[in-house]
Amino acid sequence: MQYHTPGSFEDAIAIASFAEGVTRFLAGGTDVLVQLRADIVTPDNLIDVKHIDGVTKIEREDSGWRIGIAVSGAEMSEHPDLHNEWPGIVEAMDLVGSTQIQGRATLTGNLCNGSPAADSVPAMIAAGVSVSVAGPNGTRKVAVEDIPVAPGRTSLEKGELISAVHIPARGSDGADAYLRFIPRTEMDIAVVGCGVNLRRDGKTITEARVSLGAVAPTALLVEEAAEAIIGTALDDAALETLAAAASAACNPIDDKRGTIKFRKHVAGVLARRTAKIAYERAGASI
Amino acid sequence: MDRPNGFKFVGTRPDRPDGMDKVTGRAKFGADATAPGMLHAAIVRSPHAHAKILKIDSTKAEAMKEVKAVVTRADFAEGLTGENWNILENVMAGDKALYDGHAVAAVAATTPLAARDAAKLIAVEYEVLPHVTDVDKAMAEGAPVIREGAADKSVPDGLHANVVRYHESGHGDVEAGFAEADLVVEESFKTEATHQGYIEPHACLGQLGSDGKGELWCCTQGHFIVQKTCAALIGIEASQLRVTASEIGGGFGGKTTVFIEPVALALSRKANRPVKLVMSRSEVFRATGPTSSTSMDVKIGMTRDGTITAGEGVFRLQGGAFPGAPADLTAMCAFAPYALKNVKQTGYDVMSNRPKQAAYRAPGSPMAAFAVESVIDELCKKLDLDPVEVRLKNASKEGTKSSFGPRFDRIGLVETLEAAKAHPHYSAPLEPGQGRGLSCGFWFNHGGETSVSLSLSEDGTVALSVGTPDIGGSRASMCLMVAEELGIPYENVRTTIADTATLGYNDVSHGSRVTYASGLAAIKAARDVVNKLCARAANKWGIDKEAVIWEDGCAKPAGPNAGDFEPLPLARIARTMGRTGGPISGHFEATPEGAGMSFATHIVDAEVDGETGQTKVTRYTVVQDAGKAIHPSYVEGQFQGGAAQGIGWALNEEYIYGEDGRLQNAVFLDYRIPVASDLPMIDTVIVEVPNPGHPYGVRGVGETSICPPLAAIANAVSDAAGVRLTELPMSPPRILDALERQAHG
Ligand SMILES: Cc1cc2nc3c(=O)[nH]c(=O)nc-3n(C[C@H](O)[C@H](O)[C@H](O)COP(=O)(O)OP(=O)(O)OC[C@H]3O[C@@H](n4cnc5c(N)ncnc54)[C@H](O)[C@@H]3O)c2cc1C
Repeated sequence: MQYHTPGSFEDAIAIASFAEGVTRFLAGGTDVLVQLRADIVTPDNLIDVKHIDGVTKIEREDSGWRIGIAVSGAEMSEHPDLHNEWPGIVEAMDLVGSTQIQGRATLTGNLCNGSPAADSVPAMIAAGVSVSVAGPNGTRKVAVEDIPVAPGRTSLEKGELISAVHIPARGSDGADAYLRFIPRTEMDIAVVGCGVNLRRDGKTITEARVSLGAVAPTALLVEEAAEAIIGTALDDAALETLAAAASAACNPIDDKRGTIKFRKHVAGVLARRTAKIAYERAGASI
Repeated sequence: MDRPNGFKFVGTRPDRPDGMDKVTGRAKFGADATAPGMLHAAIVRSPHAHAKILKIDSTKAEAMKEVKAVVTRADFAEGLTGENWNILENVMAGDKALYDGHAVAAVAATTPLAARDAAKLIAVEYEVLPHVTDVDKAMAEGAPVIREGAADKSVPDGLHANVVRYHESGHGDVEAGFAEADLVVEESFKTEATHQGYIEPHACLGQLGSDGKGELWCCTQGHFIVQKTCAALIGIEASQLRVTASEIGGGFGGKTTVFIEPVALALSRKANRPVKLVMSRSEVFRATGPTSSTSMDVKIGMTRDGTITAGEGVFRLQGGAFPGAPADLTAMCAFAPYALKNVKQTGYDVMSNRPKQAAYRAPGSPMAAFAVESVIDELCKKLDLDPVEVRLKNASKEGTKSSFGPRFDRIGLVETLEAAKAHPHYSAPLEPGQGRGLSCGFWFNHGGETSVSLSLSEDGTVALSVGTPDIGGSRASMCLMVAEELGIPYENVRTTIADTATLGYNDVSHGSRVTYASGLAAIKAARDVVNKLCARAANKWGIDKEAVIWEDGCAKPAGPNAGDFEPLPLARIARTMGRTGGPISGHFEATPEGAGMSFATHIVDAEVDGETGQTKVTRYTVVQDAGKAIHPSYVEGQFQGGAAQGIGWALNEEYIYGEDGRLQNAVFLDYRIPVASDLPMIDTVIVEVPNPGHPYGVRGVGETSICPPLAAIANAVSDAAGVRLTELPMSPPRILDALERQAHG
């Protein structure tokens, strides 16, 4: 195994482009190193991205935010403003692991590991987050929902890596929220995850995005679920339609972490509960 | 009890002597042992649940320059019989791999990484055979036979070859009893296998020469049994192998046998160098002993006033690919808390393609309590009776003929029930959505072979050597008991876990026996020392030995000589002992048999989220008879530990096997033991009904605490959910299914 510490994205791209065998980028390493030790993935090339300039910064950008690819979950939670604008994204990332894991784990790693159960991904999708993908042919902006393509696989080509995460401007009268279901209270993997982001005008929801995790090969953006609550004041009927749409969108597997039936049912329950939290955070009351 | 004037040290709560070492990292656990020239080993394990081993080719591994030895079954003793054969077969597969994770070969190399790489290069050719992992399926017609001829004579004709032991006991006429009942409830239950989840994986360092002389350092609950078993499995004389127990990061019954120790020794003998072997967590899950899984039917009859007229239970336990599931203990514990006129219990020990089960605190008893106490709870609900009153009405007492035969000596079940009834928890109002459950539990407790020695230093301090690894703070208790007898400060006593060459034989730290048996032996050894001290004083004073008493740490003239001489403190006698007759030490060896049976009552409140099936335990109270709590904090710790593990077992822990017979969740991420935030503060009440079989009244406390939780939690969850839960774990999908079945009538 070769370990690389490029100082720039150009160098990282060059190394990755010519690397043979299995390549992994090392951000926090909380997936990469665990998989290495458990004999799941033994990379031939390990490219540490933490030495690249600016990757540990959280910065304002177009009245939204630019999150560096090596920013840890703890740094996001402790940021003075991020949480006020995007509580859903921050709480989703904060659910990852424990205090120790929080000191290392990154949004980018959570996304690129490609787990269908990654907690921050539904929250990012709901919030309309995009990422910059840098590669031999330049940099492109890609919506988060278009990065994972299958469990453990992303749409990134050989030589490409994510160079930044872009969170849109919050704007007024809007809020996001994320909930996951785990059988324990912490240190577990989402059996279902749900992110909701919405905006209201008075009591009426004017915009909404609903995303589900752990219920399909990749996190889902569920448009039917969003439509179920847009134009409503999140009354019981709307919540029921939302839950039904969320359940219907699921395409889960039966496994040691949960059954198909259970996941579908709980997706509906979480969609309702998450939407209520987002709605209240946006300043409305049901 | 021997101490009418009460205790000076016993019952206090000093810091444990091993505490500082543990919090500073100075304590040496299994994997901390090293030796010059040490090699590292890795084990090749079967990926199949059941397969014939056709060929093991290690040429590629042996070609690596770092590799110094490879062993297979051929490198172990031949011609073993009985349990030693079973253990060897489990340690290293013979003709067949019997479960996913079964060891088939091992390699020793100069580094851990090289050993891992070499293990991957060992090619094993298998012929995959049909497998079975479920207890009911393993007993059913047509199930693959794990091993022909494994059954003993207890098994009636006509049962499947996988049923290897059969147990039946009881008394009276259950059919007549059911006929007298106003209500009979009959229910079937299942529980999954759970692992002890000790935080320290098995680890050892073995060194064995071609002359048959060896040393072994390992993490175990009983190094004497390790010595005996390893010697048999590798074919050397027991006394030539010296075994030293390390500090232990939990065992709970799972470290009462051997898994890797004989392998390290066999590799060492071949390589002629010390070999270290450390299991990974997934190896611990796949290849050490979890509990049995069970399938049980229980039927109980009750009159309107709460009298149990008859109880009957059938208990089927799957214990992995070897005989030994504690079906007999499950059956015997099931109805033990109750004085029944008519009772009958049947147990089946069933083999399947799973790892060999091992003890997990009170082996077999928690599952029995789950089934029996759930049915009693159901009867109480249907007859509108108070669960404590019903249990009090039927409780076993001194003199009761137990469900498994003998009459009970002095026991404390009634006292735990009275204390539970009086506890504010029992009458506290419940929040909406919460339920309350109660259960009793029983465990036999054990005495076992025990040897200790106690030696004095010239400065008046004493060293106690015991042979029972300290798995729950027992060194503190030993020091307290010796301090009590000798009348010297707790800090002046040091307790060491001596190796197998230093002390006579000692049974394993199991059966809740250590504070009872090693404690009893320590007291007797201290009295042996006291006798010698008194003799020295008598000699000095020129009076009869019988005229000297030991009081407050001093020899004092008594009787007609009372007051004639200044009392002689222990330190003064010790200072001159070399000149007054030589070194003073005491010892005691015995197999004490008055362990004192133990009972507990647990009260649990739980809240169920009806939409997700998630359960939260909101309040928990353990009431248990300790006989006499030597160090109350460590008694409470055992109570809390049993409850915490019981919460895991009841709610989320389980062995999950795929269709392919492979274990699906061999990591802590998916084998869901409770994390700290899953648990409420667990309240404890120590009841003390002295055990007549111990000088201070001690009863073991380590195991009984895990007997009631499964049932108490199931009763609380069933109360909260409004539907009876009959399968463990009560995971969220199971609870939702039960709620759905209920809603659809
Ligand atoms: C104890 C524990 C608990 C956990 N709990 C949770 C949990 O509750 N929820 C959850 O979702 N996850 C959990 N995880 C998984 C993990 O912590 C998260 O997925 C984390 O966010 C990964 O981030 P990282 O920076 O450590 O990624 P790394 O391990 O460094 O990388 C992960 C993947 O991302 C790729 N990658 C990294 N950076 C880039 C880049 N710039 N461009 C392209 N690819 C890149 C790597 O090649 C690798 O494939 C847990 C892990 C552990 C060990």
